Amino acid sequence: MLFLLAAGLTLVFGIMDMINLAHGSLYMLGAFIASTFVQATGSFTLGVLLAIPATAVVGMLLEMSVLRTLYARDHLSQVLATFALILIINEVTRLVWGSDAALPGPAALSGPVELLPGLRYPAYRLLIIGVGLAVAVLLYLLVTKTRVGMLVRAGASNREMALAMGVNIKTLFTLVFGVGAALCAVAGAMLAPLFAVQVGMGENILILAFVVIVIGGIGSIRGALVGAVLVGVVDTIGRAFLPILLGAFFQPRVASAAGPALASVMIYLIMAVVLYFRPQGLFPARG
Amino acid sequence: MKRTALALALLIAFPLAMLAIDHLFYVSFASRVLIYAIAATSLNLVLGYGGMISFGHAAFVGAGAYVASIAIAEGVTSAWIGWPAAILASALLAWVIGAISLRTRGVYFIMITLAFAQMMFYLVNSMKAYGGDEGLTLPQRATLGFGLNLGNEVVFYYVVLSILAALLYALHRLVHSRFGRVMVAIRENEARVEAIGFPVYRYQLACFVIAGAAGGLAGALLASHGKYVNPNVLHWVQSGTLMIMVILGGVGHLWGGVIGAVALLVLEHAIADYPIPWLAQMAPNYQQHANLGVGLVLLGIVLFAPQGIAGLLSRKRHA
Amino acid sequence: MLELKGVSKRFGGVVATDNVSLQVAEGEVHALIGPNGAGKTTLIAQISGSLPTDSGEISFLGNPITKAKQYERVRAGLARSYQITSIFRRFSVLDNLALAVQARSGSSFSFWRRVAAEAALFEEARSIAGEVGLAEKVHSLAATLAHGEQRALELGLALATRPKLVLLDEPMAGMGPEESARIIELVGRVRAKLTVLLVEHDMDAVFRLADRISVLVNGRIIASGKPEAIRADAEVRRAYLGDEVAA
Repeated sequence: MLFLLAAGLTLVFGIMDMINLAHGSLYMLGAFIASTFVQATGSFTLGVLLAIPATAVVGMLLEMSVLRTLYARDHLSQVLATFALILIINEVTRLVWGSDAALPGPAALSGPVELLPGLRYPAYRLLIIGVGLAVAVLLYLLVTKTRVGMLVRAGASNREMALAMGVNIKTLFTLVFGVGAALCAVAGAMLAPLFAVQVGMGENILILAFVVIVIGGIGSIRGALVGAVLVGVVDTIGRAFLPILLGAFFQPRVASAAGPALASVMIYLIMAVVLYFRPQGLFPARG
Repeated sequence: MKRTALALALLIAFPLAMLAIDHLFYVSFASRVLIYAIAATSLNLVLGYGGMISFGHAAFVGAGAYVASIAIAEGVTSAWIGWPAAILASALLAWVIGAISLRTRGVYFIMITLAFAQMMFYLVNSMKAYGGDEGLTLPQRATLGFGLNLGNEVVFYYVVLSILAALLYALHRLVHSRFGRVMVAIRENEARVEAIGFPVYRYQLACFVIAGAAGGLAGALLASHGKYVNPNVLHWVQSGTLMIMVILGGVGHLWGGVIGAVALLVLEHAIADYPIPWLAQMAPNYQQHANLGVGLVLLGIVLFAPQGIAGLLSRKRHA
Repeated sequence: MLELKGVSKRFGGVVATDNVSLQVAEGEVHALIGPNGAGKTTLIAQISGSLPTDSGEISFLGNPITKAKQYERVRAGLARSYQITSIFRRFSVLDNLALAVQARSGSSFSFWRRVAAEAALFEEARSIAGEVGLAEKVHSLAATLAHGEQRALELGLALATRPKLVLLDEPMAGMGPEESARIIELVGRVRAKLTVLLVEHDMDAVFRLADRISVLVNGRIIASGKPEAIRADAEVRRAYLGDEVAA
């Protein structure tokens, strides 16, 4: 799921050279919109499916109105403007929905599934992994096998050249942004039953998404995938094993307190290490 | 010069005026504003003059706040030990973070500073011994000696004001010094600065450390002011708030940090405490959504007045 | 004075400089010519230090500088001017040059004393401005200068570091005949004190100024020697000069 967010982010940044802090807000909007649709239709699947184009539309509207003017501006302006957007979107969300919303998962998948004899895993999480993989494959096909995808890749590796070759940049950008928003919606809606749907959920995951694309290399979807997997794995292993490891050296009280903290810190350390040796990330799309 | 003198005179007279009308609370509020002015000015150094978009400045303010708090909590109440310790700690932190971050460029730099700040946040959050996520309450403010009781709001205000004034003057000298010229040139055309023989990395690191140290001092003052510190002071949203102040006030202008801090905090306070009747009729809860206004103002500034308030003021002067 | 041995650089699949070996003797004006895309600017970047080499060695004044950082090379006396003007647009001409002078006169980790008080810096800056013909415009903002004047400032910045060898990357780019003549005259004056490695397309200037010429095609040096020899060289004529050279 982190991959979905990261992929959208890396595309926007790679092609449009724009830092979009409000990406997390689209993720949050996706979750909120999905919750409304789910409650309206009574069906989880339908609600999520409806939320995807709805969020994409919101994203594209945002792009056409505000974000377009930011492409030509410097990074600082982009950072500040999209930060302002976060504040605005957060408050508007509060006004429309209140501080949180409910989005329960589909009842059919609430139980565990037996993968292997004795190894049980929650069914819903399996669905998430499945959807994530499916979208990844879809994205891969889209980007590498279609004409649109080729335009996107060209734009990511050398924007001026793509412009010079007559690619209709405005529409392309809007589309890319829409796809990014759609990805956010999928992630937001699907993760909602696991984590709470609340204002501010975007910011926490946003940083992780940025860490992922920085590690993976900006503009590269492959990098986003590798980065997301790496981050996810490090996080999970860190949380599971660090306390045990620390417990061997320190008292249990210290270990249980320091463990989770160090696990969060691990991810940033990995990023620092990667950037030290490869300041452009692992698979930079440019250069 | 005249504007500076006027501004200083107003700032000096302020608490006396408040005392006269018996609104002592505002003196405490004003101290808080000035402390944020110090923090914003420290960010202005690295952001406005140095051109480095550091999204993790809250880490230095927070580090200073925590070191100063821990000192007091452990019984070392003298500001002469606590505050220099805070400055030293943030300077060291800035050295480490800067040394690694400055090897990157552009958005990577922004991200890595952000990430380091978050790292500090998580670290501090897990320090159960010093409050963890609930924060740490202090029994008292730091002590200065010399008969100056920092518990007295007016005294505290003047101490903060003196520090701010000294800092602004130092910044003024810095900008016009050799070092300042190099920093401004780096912001203008980094490649050429290296090509005429300056080791750019070293200059950027020095600027980063100085700014971090100043941020740490602001943090120490903040801790004493509220007699409380919690991990949120290190959160990246705090970094964002500081950036808003700098942009609002005028990035790269000497008084930018001060103007921005005053503008933002006064605005927030005004919205929260002084209801506007017709607005309240339209949207009954509007005061809880003050951030919406802040966001819109910030967006407006970025899109239409990127030089902030100071920029607008100096334009008026020339027009 | 400057020696390159087997210097190479590739970008992905593209070989920009291919096993380049070159010598620039002290006091000479050595021109580097070649068609667009031959790799001249890449080579200059490698010599000045802003681009690392993949292989090969560079030595300056007898000392190896292959691993040295750009600012270290500048301090050793190797300066460069840029093909695409790279000046400090929001500084005045005087401040531009003063900064370059500042770089080689003492430490700039000085945080308190005002630069404006350092008369010596600005005296030097003024004299350099005079050398490049900008004496009248010292207080003008660099961004307001005409193209030719900006190119002059570009040169001035390189000269202000008082180098022993200066790399001039197409100093006459985009200039009309009158301005070009002035630059040619400037290089003529400067050569008495400096060694020059000149990259240029203007053959007129090249044949007037150069003591020796090296020809770079597709990243490789195909000929190097005195101007008459180069003019007569069949391969060079085929690859680059063609019918351009009338007399």
